[in-house]
Amino acid sequence: MALHFELVTPARQVRSEDVHMVVVPGAEGDFGVLEGHAAFMSTIRDGAVQVYKTEGGEPEMIEVKGGFAEVGDAGLTVLAEHVDEGA
Amino acid sequence: MASLKELKDRIGSVKSTQKITKAKQMVAAAKLRRAQAAAEAARPYALRLGAVMASLAGKVSGDSAPKLLAGTGADQKHLLVVVNTDKGLCGGLNSNVVKEAKLQAKRLIAEGKDVSFYLIGKKGRAPITREYPKGIAKHFDTSTVRTPGFEEAGGIAEELVAMFDEGAFDVAHLVAPKFQSALVQTPATAQLIPVPSPEVTDDSDAVVEYEPGEEEILEELLPRYIKTQLFGGLLEREASEHGASMTAMDNATRNAGDLISALTIQYNRRRQAAITTELIEIIAGAEAL
Repeated sequence: MALHFELVTPARQVRSEDVHMVVVPGAEGDFGVLEGHAAFMSTIRDGAVQVYKTEGGEPEMIEVKGGFAEVGDAGLTVLAEHVDEGA
Repeated sequence: MASLKELKDRIGSVKSTQKITKAKQMVAAAKLRRAQAAAEAARPYALRLGAVMASLAGKVSGDSAPKLLAGTGADQKHLLVVVNTDKGLCGGLNSNVVKEAKLQAKRLIAEGKDVSFYLIGKKGRAPITREYPKGIAKHFDTSTVRTPGFEEAGGIAEELVAMFDEGAFDVAHLVAPKFQSALVQTPATAQLIPVPSPEVTDDSDAVVEYEPGEEEILEELLPRYIKTQLFGGLLEREASEHGASMTAMDNATRNAGDLISALTIQYNRRRQAAITTELIEIIAGAEAL
């Protein structure tokens, strides 16, 4: 039970790992992605992506700016222009 | 005939030139490694963006497609975005890029189109301005930053999109060096605006939900795609510059070495000849007594 999560910026690939859940700040509201989510694509607003490594664990916050998220068979891919880790 | 002293000075000056070229070669080699790593790190983003673009562009077509994808409908005014380096000492790299740009310009003019240039980097300015003094739309200066990054690419993209919206051009092409290896960098031309429709490889019928809508996403995506293209161009330029510079400096160092050994032989022969002459004079003088 794991969701493959990738966070990519033009400069580098920030994350590529299996996690439990990711909450993405979508342009029209936050949405959480679990494994097996339906194919979905959304632009994102500036804000924090919350990465839950395990169920019920503390989320890791990653600030992202400008970009969009894509959910497909391969998992969740967030393409962002700027990433600020550890925020 | 150069005197011994002059020869010695020349050897000294060639030696110091060789030191400079050798240092520049080593600097370029180190920077090349970094530039290549940067280019590699940027690849996943470009790849994904391209894939997303392809799947979206296939869905949004016809009249509803944004202007950046469909074009203005005209094909008269062409803009050549030429990417050159800011520094020299990199062999034929810049002149090759300029040559390619002029070739494209000639081809377009022969087809009866209007051509203007958007120049990135210092080194392309002089030769292109000389040939097309009225055709220069703008320069973008990248020499103020050490390594041009995504921000510069963003600045360029914004200017280009603004110019496109004003109707300053219908079609934009990107002329930039393509890094193949430290020895080979070939200039390549690719269409930038309107964004060429990527080939649709999405054969799955998966229903994808879009938020807000397909068109809105595409509209946001296109400038970003152009930005990424330009960023890729800048990264290629960095890698090409350092690669070409490394090769050119390697050649220069070797040439200097050859020159030094030739001059040293000449110098030694001259010195021996001088000693021999002196001996003969002394012996002749002694015999005369």
